[in-house]
Amino acid sequence: MRQVIGSGTPQDKAPWREAVARILSRHGNERGELIPILQNVQAELDYLHREALEEVARALRLSMHDVYGVATFYAQFRFSPPGRHKVRACLGTACHVRGGDDVMAALERRLGIRHGETTKDGEFSLERVACMGCCALAPVMVVGDEVSGRCTPSKVDEILARYGGGD
Amino acid sequence: MEADYWKRGAERWKALLESDVPVIYVGAASCGRAAGAAKVEEAVRAKLGDLSPTARVVEVGCIGPCCLEPLVYVQRPGKAPIVYGDQSPETVAVVLESVLSKGDLLMDKALGVLSEGAQDGIPSFYEHPMLKPQTRLVLRNCGIIDPVEIDHYFAREGYLGLKRALSMSPEEVVEEVRASGLRGRGGAGFPTSQKWTFCRKAQGDPKYLICNADEGDPGAFMNRSLLEGDPHAVLEGMLVAAYAIGASHGYIYIRDEYPLAIERLSHALQRMREHGLLGQKVMGTGFDFDITIKRGAGAFVCGEETALMASIEGRRGMPRPRPPFPAQKGLWGKPTVINNVETLGTLPNIMRMGGAAYAGRGSEKAKGTKTFSLVGKVKRTGLIEVPFGTPLRKIIFDIGGGILNDRGFKAIQSGGPSGGCIPASMVDLEVDYERLTQAGSIMGSGGLVVMDEDTCMVDVAHYFLTFTQNESCGKCSPCRIGTRRMLEILERIKKGVGEEQDMQRLTEIAQTVKDGSLCGLGQTAPNPVLTTLRYFHDEYEEHIRDGRCRAKVCKDLFHYEIDPEKCIGCQICFKKCPVSAISGKPKGAHTIDQARCVKCGLCYQSCPPKAKAVKRADNGPDEVKG
Ligand SMILES: Cc1cc2nc3c(=O)[nH]c(=O)nc-3n(C[C@H](O)[C@H](O)[C@H](O)COP(=O)(O)O)c2cc1C
Ligand code: FES
Repeated sequence: MRQVIGSGTPQDKAPWREAVARILSRHGNERGELIPILQNVQAELDYLHREALEEVARALRLSMHDVYGVATFYAQFRFSPPGRHKVRACLGTACHVRGGDDVMAALERRLGIRHGETTKDGEFSLERVACMGCCALAPVMVVGDEVSGRCTPSKVDEILARYGGGD
Repeated sequence: MEADYWKRGAERWKALLESDVPVIYVGAASCGRAAGAAKVEEAVRAKLGDLSPTARVVEVGCIGPCCLEPLVYVQRPGKAPIVYGDQSPETVAVVLESVLSKGDLLMDKALGVLSEGAQDGIPSFYEHPMLKPQTRLVLRNCGIIDPVEIDHYFAREGYLGLKRALSMSPEEVVEEVRASGLRGRGGAGFPTSQKWTFCRKAQGDPKYLICNADEGDPGAFMNRSLLEGDPHAVLEGMLVAAYAIGASHGYIYIRDEYPLAIERLSHALQRMREHGLLGQKVMGTGFDFDITIKRGAGAFVCGEETALMASIEGRRGMPRPRPPFPAQKGLWGKPTVINNVETLGTLPNIMRMGGAAYAGRGSEKAKGTKTFSLVGKVKRTGLIEVPFGTPLRKIIFDIGGGILNDRGFKAIQSGGPSGGCIPASMVDLEVDYERLTQAGSIMGSGGLVVMDEDTCMVDVAHYFLTFTQNESCGKCSPCRIGTRRMLEILERIKKGVGEEQDMQRLTEIAQTVKDGSLCGLGQTAPNPVLTTLRYFHDEYEEHIRDGRCRAKVCKDLFHYEIDPEKCIGCQICFKKCPVSAISGKPKGAHTIDQARCVKCGLCYQSCPPKAKAVKRADNGPDEVKG
């Protein structure tokens, strides 16, 4: 079961409204554009908050529960702010048989959170991912856009340290 | 002016190969990048600044042996490129210095040369044990050309297949593909020409073509590699398919975890437009076609064709019953063909060489070649391509070099969450659709995960069920509830609290889920459980009766201990232990506090080989249940 919408409120009104308006004008209001719009809104705002989703629903003339229904179906969408550094550990098959669980466990220990959570200081969030397509270098973890292969619990420490985290 | 494309391409390609300055090629596909290719490339540029400022650096895709990444090829003027593997910023600087200024080719480090024959005493890279047994047709350009250079693709006879197709009637193209024996590479192996014919004959306008690049099997990356390394091959294939079925618009549905592939595709589409290969009057003919990229949003079920279409339409990605098949009623109710990336990527070869010539390879019922991602507990991991009918033994032991750390080979998993585990005893099985199905597995899209004696088969079944249960869209109850119930049973077996009847229960539920589910996800979800029950019954029994996991994977069933006789008191494990569960004095025997231990295995992995004092021991049955 996935977590359903939180009502995260954006701190700063004007910039996000502008961003959403820009995205909406670029995509037009066909229903087929809904997912691309949500993807771009999330890319700009880091997560989908209620007000932004309401804007999208209005523009596409869809009901709010329709938009929520679509957004919550897909694992990609987040409804609360992620950490400044998004950490992901791969739990795909190749990574699983080569110790991906140990990498995840090391990340959870080092960050002091479980996957799906964000550290109290908002620096790191930890997610699981089904496969990054780098299975030949399993186990794999990702921080932001940086993908690292052949991970071990000690390499986890090294990588996190580069982002100022880990103890 | 169109004929100039190939001429210009050939000239630019020749200029690169015969460059009078050194050319350094860096394997910069996702796998290379994950292994650190970006830093290596930086180091290459820095070093060239000192050594040979006019030298060129070219990013190429993945040639296959991902285990050797980051790969760097060094081309000296007038010579074929020499391949060096496992490069780091430090080693690549040494390689460049030696090869370019000292004339020392570092023979012991050179993996081969990228030419047909040997050069300067270095054998051809194609003779490398990982590459030699392969037949590279779909992957022929991967790792060879610069994927952002459409000219390189032209130089390698790119778009000649399309040119030929456009000179034929659509029916003739379908006929050529029928003669090739091409079957879908996305899973089920449905004959491509047949699917196309249904769509051609269907009433409705416009018609759509969809390229399925969702690659949902977690542990497989064939489609990613092809899209990153040779995007035009897939795009050319899309044009051929669209022409054959009479489609005017195409979509590429690609998973969002593949940002580089998306970038390569967008770039390639741009080049195609500039070259009159997309839009109106493709290649100056009356054929109009355009392509849109749609990014997936993270749902495995969206690889299933009807769910995929729902997702493109902006809805929840839920499958619907078939018929009607997409070829009759597909995207927005219009006739639609959905083909996998590799199916499409094969079409240029078929159109260029002719269907009959293509059908000359492969097995009786499956023609041509298939790409596989070979991963898991095998020495050489990577992307490979072999003719259908190649025995598993050849794939695992010749191409893959055998089992990692020379452990015992236990099983190979094909087909991802929809597939099954084939035991070591069936290692001579010749891989094609029918034989894998007979063995209880499926071909799937080509993921192969090798498992050794340290892999627990109950854990593998549990792993896949966790995945499918999580990804079940919930529309039909056999899949939604059945996978949940099976997972619960597997969970208790893993914990050592399974019951005697559990195996029977699993089999019964599995059958119901198989028979009753709406789409392929549910219909195949029991396969990992059924095949492990069939071939590894004894492992289930051990878990249930003896509370024992022989592979020492199920964490409730074993513990780590230190042999006081063997411990040399080096304190390595003491320092590594993340939860301070280990105590002991330097040079004295150490002990593990079982109450604190989280079984991360760091002590076991870090104990020096000369001591080998950390052991994994079974918990007695009492300890489990208590
Ligand atoms: C749960 C599920 C997931 C699937 N995932 C994929 C996938 O990731 N890629 C793919 O090409 N086909 C996938 N398929 C198969 C597609 O439904 C479809 O058969 C295929 O794309 C047809 O292409 P082909 O005829 O070229 O093989 C999946 C099927 C099911 C049931
Ligand atoms: S399984 Fe981890 S990257 Fe594919």
